[in-house]
Amino acid sequence: MNQIPALIGVFAYLSLLTVGGGMAAFPELTTQVVDVHHWLTQTQLIHFYSVGQMAPGPNMMMVSAIGEKVAGPLGSLVVIIAFFLPTALLTFIVGRLWVKLERWPWRDAIQRGLAPVAIGLMLAGCITIGKGVFVATLAIGPLAVWYAAALALAVFVTLLVTTRINPAFLVLGGGLIGLFAFGG
Amino acid sequence: MSETPTNDGDHAAAKVTLAQIFLTFLLIGATSFGGGVAAYLRTSLVARRQWIDDPTFVSFLAISQTLPGLNATNMAILVGDHLRGGLGAAAAIIGMCLPGALIMFAAGVLYGLHGERPIVTAMLHGVGAAAVGLVFAVSIQLGRKSLTHLGDLVFVVLTLIGVNLLSLSVLYVLLGVGALAIWWHRPRRQPTASSPS
Repeated sequence: MNQIPALIGVFAYLSLLTVGGGMAAFPELTTQVVDVHHWLTQTQLIHFYSVGQMAPGPNMMMVSAIGEKVAGPLGSLVVIIAFFLPTALLTFIVGRLWVKLERWPWRDAIQRGLAPVAIGLMLAGCITIGKGVFVATLAIGPLAVWYAAALALAVFVTLLVTTRINPAFLVLGGGLIGLFAFGG
Repeated sequence: MSETPTNDGDHAAAKVTLAQIFLTFLLIGATSFGGGVAAYLRTSLVARRQWIDDPTFVSFLAISQTLPGLNATNMAILVGDHLRGGLGAAAAIIGMCLPGALIMFAAGVLYGLHGERPIVTAMLHGVGAAAVGLVFAVSIQLGRKSLTHLGDLVFVVLTLIGVNLLSLSVLYVLLGVGALAIWWHRPRRQPTASSPS
């Protein structure tokens, strides 16, 4: 029942998929954590990710909570190291090379080519999370799906219209609204 | 020669200590919310402490966005390495991750204890719905900034089709569409301006 080696393998692998940000790895995170290893249900994963939006720092620190759920404090520590060390080393090494590669013509091609793929992967992650919320609220009832869609749209529009609001407060506000929309 | 330390030290970069690096990134890690870490980093490192200049910051940001890894942690590595080598990089990334990791660890414990309560589930559904709005908004904003050519939209759509419609592994989509996009932007021989026609 020792899950530590599996945790290390999964999160080290996910680490290398986070091109453009943590969101890029979300579809694969769902596959591995929910479907392959059954560590969490899809709804639990969405809950962890969403709560993570209210925590400070890099937005994938919620992997710490997954590790805790699976194997306690040690699981949490192991997951964080497995998730952050591979890309940290890669960035450390490539970062030193990158400056020297300034005249290398492919450097610019790589940078410009990966930009749209990174955006695509981010959006794919968004869609995966959106589907998860859809499934979770559909279990409550069709009306709950509409409430969730309205809430998501309200936050989306607010953030595109103004940058003066701390997004963490909007997510927190969503929790308060959820209390009435999805409660008994 | 007086040794009075200057607060806004203009030659600060030369004598930044590991403790200073750790504490600075700890502060950023504890106070940056909602994915906009780049703005917090710039305010703290370029404007306030003047540890790095703006062109260096921009080039570090470009590397961070191209390589795998979160922008926040990649930036921590690059800036830490720039200031104090490998140990500086370690101090920066640990400081950056520590607050969020501890908070999410506590959240995980609390979830295990109370996550099944209907009132908690209801709140978390609301938090989840709001988070969907947030992540879409952040992606759109980032896309507007980083996609300069209309043709790039093709690669965005191909990526979406691969991951969401065909349910391919992110790894294969990244390698496949990534290679295609890099090839599309491949270096082409420029007609030399100096040559007379």
